[in-house]
Amino acid sequence: MTINGASSEILLKVEDVSLAFGGIKALDSVSFDTRKGEILAIIGPNGAGKSSMLNVINGFYHPQQGTITYKGQTRKQMRPYQAASQGIARTFQNIALFKGMSTLDNIMTGRNLKMKTNLFWQALYIGPARAEELKNREAVEKIIDFLDIQAIRQKAVGKLPYGLQKRVELGRALAAEPDLLLLDEPMAGMNSEEKEDMSRFIIDVNMEYGTTIILIEHDMSVVMDISDRVVVLDYGRHIADGEPHEIRANKEVIDAYLGVSHE
Amino acid sequence: MFYRETGQYKTTYSADQALFPIAQDRYVIYAVLFGTFVVVPMVANEYWINAILLPFLIYSLAALGLNILTGYCGQVSLGTGGFMAVGAFSVYKLMVAFPELGFITLVLISGLITAAVGTFFGLPSLRIKGFYLAVATLASQFFLVWLFNKVGWFVNYNATGMITSPPMTIFGVLITGPSAPPAAKYLLCASIVAISALAAKNLARGRLGRNWMAIRDMDIAAELIGVRPLRAKLSAFAVSSFFIGMAGALYFAVWLGSAEPTEAFDINQSFLVLFMIIIGGLGSVLGSFLGAAFLVLLPILLKNILVDGFGTNIALAAHIEIMTIGVLIIAFLIIEPHGLARLWRIAKEKLRLWPFPY
Repeated sequence: MTINGASSEILLKVEDVSLAFGGIKALDSVSFDTRKGEILAIIGPNGAGKSSMLNVINGFYHPQQGTITYKGQTRKQMRPYQAASQGIARTFQNIALFKGMSTLDNIMTGRNLKMKTNLFWQALYIGPARAEELKNREAVEKIIDFLDIQAIRQKAVGKLPYGLQKRVELGRALAAEPDLLLLDEPMAGMNSEEKEDMSRFIIDVNMEYGTTIILIEHDMSVVMDISDRVVVLDYGRHIADGEPHEIRANKEVIDAYLGVSHE
Repeated sequence: MFYRETGQYKTTYSADQALFPIAQDRYVIYAVLFGTFVVVPMVANEYWINAILLPFLIYSLAALGLNILTGYCGQVSLGTGGFMAVGAFSVYKLMVAFPELGFITLVLISGLITAAVGTFFGLPSLRIKGFYLAVATLASQFFLVWLFNKVGWFVNYNATGMITSPPMTIFGVLITGPSAPPAAKYLLCASIVAISALAAKNLARGRLGRNWMAIRDMDIAAELIGVRPLRAKLSAFAVSSFFIGMAGALYFAVWLGSAEPTEAFDINQSFLVLFMIIIGGLGSVLGSFLGAAFLVLLPILLKNILVDGFGTNIALAAHIEIMTIGVLIIAFLIIEPHGLARLWRIAKEKLRLWPFPY
C-alpha cells in the first residue's frame, strides 16, 4: 500500500556497501533500493549505521566496497558536489544551518547550484546577477510560504527555536529542488505538535513535488504512518526490508529492538 | 521617532534586496558621500589629509579586503602586510615600466597581481583551518618581505633597497610624489575605497558572499549543498588580496611616496589590520571602516591630548598610547566581541523604538 503511488522505477540502488572506520564496521554489505517517488524509512537501534548510510549516499563517506546506482549510473562512490548537482539534498541530525546568516540567506544558499553568474557581474550587482538573484528569490519565497516561515525571513537562524531551525533546514534542502531528499532524524527533539507539522511537510513535499525521500527516524509511530517502505539496519547489517506492516511483524526486527531472550 | 521603517512598504523583491532598504539609511549614505566628496576636500587642510584621512582610507581598504577573507569566509590570515607589499612593489614596477597606462589602471593591475599571489598562498586553506592556517599565512608574510629585500629586481637595483614612487598624473593633476596636492590624493583614494566598498557589499549579498559565509559557518553542510570549498575559499583569497593589493599600492604610491619592505610591510601591519576588523566587526563592510577609523584616529587623538594638552614628553606619551590601546582592545573584546558594527546595529534597533518603547 503506498500513499502516493510510487512507481516501480528505481531511483537509487545501494549494493553490497561496506564501510569501516579502522576496525569498526559501520556498514557491512548493505543492499537496498529506493523507488522513485516513495518515502523510505531507515530504522535501527543507535549505532546501526543509519547516518553512515546517508553519508555514503551523498558522498561524504566513501565506502570500501560496493556500488551506488543513482539515476541509472553506477559508481563506486559519490562525491558531495556530484551528489548535490545530481539532485540529492539532505538535512542533518544535529542541525547544520549557517548560524550567522538569516533564514532567507540560508535558503538562498540552497539554490547555489541554480545560480551561474560570475564574480564580476556579482560585484556590480547589475544585469544578469541581479536578475538571477531576483528569480531565485522568488523560488525561495515559494518555499518560505510552503513552510509557513514568512515571519522569520530576516532573522538570524542561530537565534530561532529548535523546531523552526529544523524547518529552515528542510527549506534549505528543498531550495535545491532535489530529486532525492535525505532526512536525518527530522523529528528528533520535537514535541508531538511539531512532529505532526513536520510529518505533514514531508508528505506534502513527497506528494506535491514528487520528491523521493529517505528518512531516518526513531519515532516508530511516525515511521509506520508516513513511510511506504522501511529498511532496518542493525550493527551495520541490513536485517529487514518491507512495508511497515511487514516490518512490525518481523521477528528479527523485534529481536534487534527488544533484545533476544537467552533461555 | 526619526528612524523607523513603519509605513515603508516594499512591493517587489528587488526593493527588498536593495543595499539599503530603509529610507533613513539611504539618506545617511547620501550625506556621508556628500561629506566625503564635497565638504571634506573643501575644508580639510594638508595635515588632516596626510596624517588622518589618507591612512584611514587606505587602512579601510586593507581591512575591507581582510574582512572578506576572515570575516565572511572565516579564513584567518596574517599575511596582510606581505600582500600589501605585493601591491606596492607591483605598482612600483608598473609605474616605472608602463607609465603610459595611467595610474588607476596600474593600481587595478597591481590588485590583480596580488590576487594571484594571494590565491597561491591560499592553497593551504584547503587542508588546514583556524590557527594552523594563520601560521601558514604568516609564512607568506615573512617570505614576501624577504623576497622584496633579497631580489634587487624588485627595487630596480636601488642600493638603499627603497622604492620611490615616480610622479604620475590623472586628468593632468599630479597625484603621486611630494608636490601632489593633498586634495587630489584624497579624492583618488576616497573614490577607489568607495567603489571597492560597494563591490564588497554587492559580493557579500550575492551568491558568492553566501557561499563564503556558508563555508565559514558550517563547511561540511556547505559542501553537501554543492558549494565547492576549493572555489569558495580561493575566490575569497583572490578578492581579499585584490583589495589588499590596491591598498598596498595606494599606501606606497600615494601616501608614503617611498617605502622600504622591512619597515613598511612588516608583521605589525598584518596585526594592525587584523585588529581593525576584530574591533570594527567581522563580516561587516561598515565594521572595516569603523575599525580602521578607531585604530588610525585613536593614536593621533591620544598623542594630541597628551603632548599638546598635558605637555607629556613624547617617549612617555608613546608608551601611554600603546598601553591605552591595548587596554581598550581587551575591554572591547570583553564588552562587545562582535565589534563596533554590532554596537551600531544595536543603536539602530534601539532607535527604531525610541522614544516610545512599548
